[in-house]
Amino acid sequence: MTSTVRVSDVTKAYGRVEAVRGASFALGQGELVALIGHNGAGKTTLMKLMLGLIRPTSGAIEVLGDNPAAGEFAGRRQLGYLPENVSFDPALTGRETQAFYARLKREPVAKALDLLDAVGLGAASRRRVSTYSKGMRQRLGLAQALLGAPRVLLLDEPTTGLDPELRQTFYDIIARLAAAGTTVLLSSHALTELEERAGRVIIMNRGIKVADGSIDELRRLARLPTRIRLKVAGLAPSEMPPWAPADATCRRLNGHIVEIDAAPERKIELLHRATAAGNAVEDVDVVPPTLDELYAHFLRQSEQAP
Amino acid sequence: MNILIIAAKEIHQAIRNRWVLAATLLLAGLALSLTFLGSAPTGNVGVRTLDVVVVSLSSLTIFLVPLIALLISHDAIVGEMERGTMLLLLSYPVARWQVLLGKFLGHLAVLAFATCLGYGAAVGALAATGSQIDSDSFLAFAAMVGSSVLLGAAFVAIGYLISALVRDRGTAAGICIGLWLLLVLIYDMALLGVLALDQGRSISAAALNAMLLANPTDAYRLINLTGFANVSTFAGMAGLAQTSSLTIPVLLSALLGWTLLPLGLAALAFSRREL
Ligand SMILES: Nc1ncnc2c1ncn2[C@@H]1O[C@H](COP(=O)(O)OP(=O)(O)OP(=O)(O)O)[C@@H](O)[C@H]1O
Ligand SMILES: [Mg+2]
Repeated sequence: MTSTVRVSDVTKAYGRVEAVRGASFALGQGELVALIGHNGAGKTTLMKLMLGLIRPTSGAIEVLGDNPAAGEFAGRRQLGYLPENVSFDPALTGRETQAFYARLKREPVAKALDLLDAVGLGAASRRRVSTYSKGMRQRLGLAQALLGAPRVLLLDEPTTGLDPELRQTFYDIIARLAAAGTTVLLSSHALTELEERAGRVIIMNRGIKVADGSIDELRRLARLPTRIRLKVAGLAPSEMPPWAPADATCRRLNGHIVEIDAAPERKIELLHRATAAGNAVEDVDVVPPTLDELYAHFLRQSEQAP
Repeated sequence: MNILIIAAKEIHQAIRNRWVLAATLLLAGLALSLTFLGSAPTGNVGVRTLDVVVVSLSSLTIFLVPLIALLISHDAIVGEMERGTMLLLLSYPVARWQVLLGKFLGHLAVLAFATCLGYGAAVGALAATGSQIDSDSFLAFAAMVGSSVLLGAAFVAIGYLISALVRDRGTAAGICIGLWLLLVLIYDMALLGVLALDQGRSISAAALNAMLLANPTDAYRLINLTGFANVSTFAGMAGLAQTSSLTIPVLLSALLGWTLLPLGLAALAFSRREL
């Protein structure tokens, strides 16, 4: 797998604030990477560094063969960016704006205007941007980021302000692009949305990369318990089933649901015991640790490590 | 190519925002009223009216064109940064100097259009009311329009330099107003004061020339008031015109320098900006 973006030991300091500290990673072709972290963790700063909008205090960055800090931009024809608070010239219409950006990327204007329909801006695209709602501006922002056939997409909180329908369309579009080889880096706070979609997650905490890997890898690393929920008939309200292991935490959720925190490698054993015991297990739910929980875990871990 | 795309967008926007309309109407209105007010009393005594118009219009230009130029340029960089549009533009395959040059060409086109049309209206009106216009006068007039655009270019470039250096739009606007007052009003008064006090003892002609070239509005004034014999007699500058060693090429290069130097510095400052 060839990497399109390489970040090597990059630090960016604003005065005394170190927005990014010693971050290193490479993003490969066709990867869909979620960049998550608290407010001020350095997500936007990382993207700006990749675009050469700011220069690293130390370390090196390479994007599509360019060194953005030196002002190289040959590769940017194949790069799409959506800033977190996207804004456009209010006096121009959506179509005029899109056509302007298409010309800058030497893309056929007609094809660029089709993108406006793809993001559902159709009728509104003939109106001035100053009349747009927040979500409509975000849609126009997406349309310009998708111009051409981007090999790298940097999307800073792309789904804020989008309605549920377009959110779905948006994830479909980027999944298709990633499948075709585009590197997609997207920052977001909507962790539940990313869970099923991101092939890889990078977690930032106060400028430091604290975790990096697929969700499954992160789950293995975190060793957080999987929750097994069993619906068991014929148990007294506070009674625990006899087969519940003594060393695992068990809870009664309501009338007849028992929840057990199972260490990753004991999941199967527990299920065996539950079904073998003969109690009437009517239903089973296995809930692996969510991205929210993983995120909290890695944050806690990095705070404890000095 | 990138430069032209950006220039075209800048022009498009200026038309949309009615900047072009406002500047053209303002210049045309003032030019027309000066033409008719100014020529009424002298109309019958054999004075060539267009020469008078050149004198009065160039005095008007010194106030107005720098002001319009600074108004459209002070916002060019810092304003786009504040509104957040610069962030997106710079993520495209364009160099920062191309952005600056594109904006410059666009703004200059707007200014040139407004000046040519606005002042052209004055000539048109003169011709329509039957004044005779000979080629000498017309040449002086054309030179006046051309140098007015050049003066505008200098102030657009100065506005960019300020815009590339400061942190927010308010500061840029403040500095531009201060600079306008300084170059257009205070500088000449101070210069006159110094000359009157000095009585020609220690300030040599060369030093005076240097002081005149150090202000683009003075270079402009000298081009128009002393450059053409037919005009300088009305401007009361005939004496100065004969003795001054500041020839038209020198004065034009001064104006050109006042355009290129700030533009280059603005490009340098902009290329180092983080956003
Ligand atoms: N221009 C700047 N000058 C000074 N400090 C800055 C500047 N830009 C960002 N910072 C600081 O850098 C840190 C990282 O900011 P950044 O915008 O990258 O956060 P983020 O992860 O994108 O947060 P959010 O989720 O709120 O968007 C913050 O502490 C912020 O205050
Ligand atoms: Mg951010």
